[in-house]
Amino acid sequence: MVPELGHFALILALLLALVQGSLPLIGAARGIAGLTAIARPVAQGQFVFVVIAFGCLAYSFLNNDFSVAYVAENSNSALPWYYRFTAVWGGHEGSLLLWVTILNIWMVAVTVFSRRLPEAILARVLGVMGLISVGFLLFMLLTSDPFDRLSPVPPNGRDLNPLLQDPGMTSHPPMLYMGYVGFSVAFAFSIAALLSGRLDAAWARWTRPWTTVAWMFLTIGIMLGSGWAYYVLGWGGWWFWDSVENASFMPWLVGTALMHSLVVTEKRGAFKSWTVLLAIFAFSLSLLGTFLVRSGVLTSVHAFATDPKRGLFILVFLAIVIGTSLTLFAWRAPKVGLGGSFKLISREAFLLSNNVLLTVAAATVLLGTLYPLLLDALNLGKISVGPPYFNSVFVPLMAPALFLMGIGPLARWKEAKLPDLKVRLRWAFGVSVVVALVLPFVAGEWTPLIALGFLLAAWIVSTTVVNLRYRLRQFDGSLWSRLKRQPRSYYGMLLAHFGVAVFVVGVTMVKSFESEKDVKMNVGDVATIGGYVFRFDGVSEVQGPNYQALRGTITVSKNGAPVAVMHPEKRAYTARDDSPTTEAAIRGSITRDLYVAMGEPIDSTNLMGAWAIRIHIKPFVRWIWAGCIIMAIGGLLAVFDRRYRLPLRVSENEAAADTASIMATRPIAAPTAAQPGALKSPHP
Amino acid sequence: MKYRWLIVAVLFAASVAAFGKEAEPLADDPALEARTTEVASEYRCPVCQNMTIADSQAGVSVDLKNEIRKQLQQGASEDQIKQYMLQRYGDFVLYNPPVKMTTWLLWFGPFLLMLSGLVVLFYTLAKRNRIMRSPPIESPSALNPETFSSDPNPRL
Repeated sequence: MVPELGHFALILALLLALVQGSLPLIGAARGIAGLTAIARPVAQGQFVFVVIAFGCLAYSFLNNDFSVAYVAENSNSALPWYYRFTAVWGGHEGSLLLWVTILNIWMVAVTVFSRRLPEAILARVLGVMGLISVGFLLFMLLTSDPFDRLSPVPPNGRDLNPLLQDPGMTSHPPMLYMGYVGFSVAFAFSIAALLSGRLDAAWARWTRPWTTVAWMFLTIGIMLGSGWAYYVLGWGGWWFWDSVENASFMPWLVGTALMHSLVVTEKRGAFKSWTVLLAIFAFSLSLLGTFLVRSGVLTSVHAFATDPKRGLFILVFLAIVIGTSLTLFAWRAPKVGLGGSFKLISREAFLLSNNVLLTVAAATVLLGTLYPLLLDALNLGKISVGPPYFNSVFVPLMAPALFLMGIGPLARWKEAKLPDLKVRLRWAFGVSVVVALVLPFVAGEWTPLIALGFLLAAWIVSTTVVNLRYRLRQFDGSLWSRLKRQPRSYYGMLLAHFGVAVFVVGVTMVKSFESEKDVKMNVGDVATIGGYVFRFDGVSEVQGPNYQALRGTITVSKNGAPVAVMHPEKRAYTARDDSPTTEAAIRGSITRDLYVAMGEPIDSTNLMGAWAIRIHIKPFVRWIWAGCIIMAIGGLLAVFDRRYRLPLRVSENEAAADTASIMATRPIAAPTAAQPGALKSPHP
Repeated sequence: MKYRWLIVAVLFAASVAAFGKEAEPLADDPALEARTTEVASEYRCPVCQNMTIADSQAGVSVDLKNEIRKQLQQGASEDQIKQYMLQRYGDFVLYNPPVKMTTWLLWFGPFLLMLSGLVVLFYTLAKRNRIMRSPPIESPSALNPETFSSDPNPRL
């Protein structure tokens, strides 16, 4: 009964999505107020039905309804309830339902937070999102129905893949999808702008916070995925350039470019068509990422061919979305004006170069991800593209991007003078070079790559400090009042850039100074690595809810002082005959992680005896994820900038002030508190 | 205070000495093992989802790791090992794809893209500046330079 309700709810949601994707668009084109007005209630109605469907699937999981094929495939009655809930998105069909649910959450958010949006624009935005929803609901109902029944009903389910029985599974996919699907809002705004021909600073201002929020979720989603892989896979890697990881990284790179391009479109009215193109790309790559992961095409081109129905739908849907939006772009974009003028050396130009680098980086990841598939499909041989390839092409692309990241925010809008920039950057450059020369020695070893990492990190941090210093100089008053007067988006930018520096330090340190040791350990044996002494205190049996585990005890000390007691595990899940999983034990601090994983027993008849143990020391590995969190907080700060919440009247004043400050040869010395965003050029 | 730590340290060291011995490395020769891991992490496990031979615990990977170790011990060069792997499994096992005709696009594509991206960027900005700098009311010739081409025989 409940699964059927869910199925009907999906069908009703599809019908509403069809209405939402057609009538409001017609209404906006013809100027029929009655039709544009239905966009909001229909979107909210669709949300209700999708949530009902989601709830029905969750209900089936929580109540162990194994008559539902998808539940039987991905759950088991011994699975703890929180993983039964998580199992809703543990497979293909449920992931799609999660995708649609999150799309509907974004849609409702648009209806709630866009009270000031003109009715026609809102109708178009919701119309486009409705069409996307139609595609996904159709895909689910035609090829991947999560509510399909099973006969005969199996006594128990096949259980969730053990690797997915983890808190990471609870948080990573929803966050990632919040990011992926969030770009659909920027996409819908862009299509709406192309349709209406209204592509101006106001459009950029509406689009910006949505893009930033989506980017923030995507950043956190990718970070969670990386952290999860780190502890669940048992070999201590945090990024493997796996196709699935790449699929989430591409929209992130383009989304980052989009955020920066939107700044210029909002503040200077320039790069309009480029910004729209980026929004289309960001969402297209999100779609591609979802489908690459979901279609099975990545494991093998042939897996894709064995289920041609799904594969075909995916290809056609991708072609329709990307094809129509690019056609629309080609048709309407040439009519978009150029916006404010600027010189070859200006903040606009720096941002645009950074955009080019980020886009090329995304294209590179795309190339590396699809190339093996392409060669295989063309019967030109099977190749693998892995970390060595990506590292060797990615570093030369990202190093200049990070270098520009330091200069861009310090350059003036419109026209920057090189001598002027030189004076500003002298100090930062000196500090960075000294850091790059000295710090690697302090850390242990000087190699060109370590020095490059430190150079870039120091460059970003020092230019951030210089930026703040020049910015505050233009204001009067005490330090505190000057600090307080800067808009939140400014601090958001500084913080996000600082996060990149933290990330770079983490990557440099862990890549260069990690150490590992594979040892045979009898009970009582010790292994010494990096000054830490690991003592193996034996193995005990532990009974989990749906698994049996062998749990090792390892006591760690340094210079005789106890540091930690660690418990790595080997688990065998009762409902699955997969090989046992490895649960690594990790003890972390700011400067290093201790990472212990159990390998195989030395004598397979004596499980309580000696074991092969792998021990890693990972210096600064947490900085990688801390950097991502800091970036995301930067985004959050920017979204909460006051100017997004000021009533329209004030925004207009501010827009006038923007123009004034652009026109003025000398920037306004002290903007009033009522116009926090008035001062666009950070330099006197 | 200081002394107490010292005592703990000494006692602990003594207890370690009394009850435990330094664990044997899984391999007899740690330096060789490090080299083996380094070489093995360039190759893809032929049966796993997406893992290096070094990281994988699958049977084939363990065998291949042993083979690499053996060959290194016998003084084989990395190139010889590569030939061995290529003969058995083809390009698929190389995480660092070889540069050959079918992979030119893969290897040179990114740099071509970057180059063309920067060139296009430069020209777009230069053109944009030209358009912006010219006064708003123009003679048609300035707007359409093509109409007055240097071609001495204009097409009709």
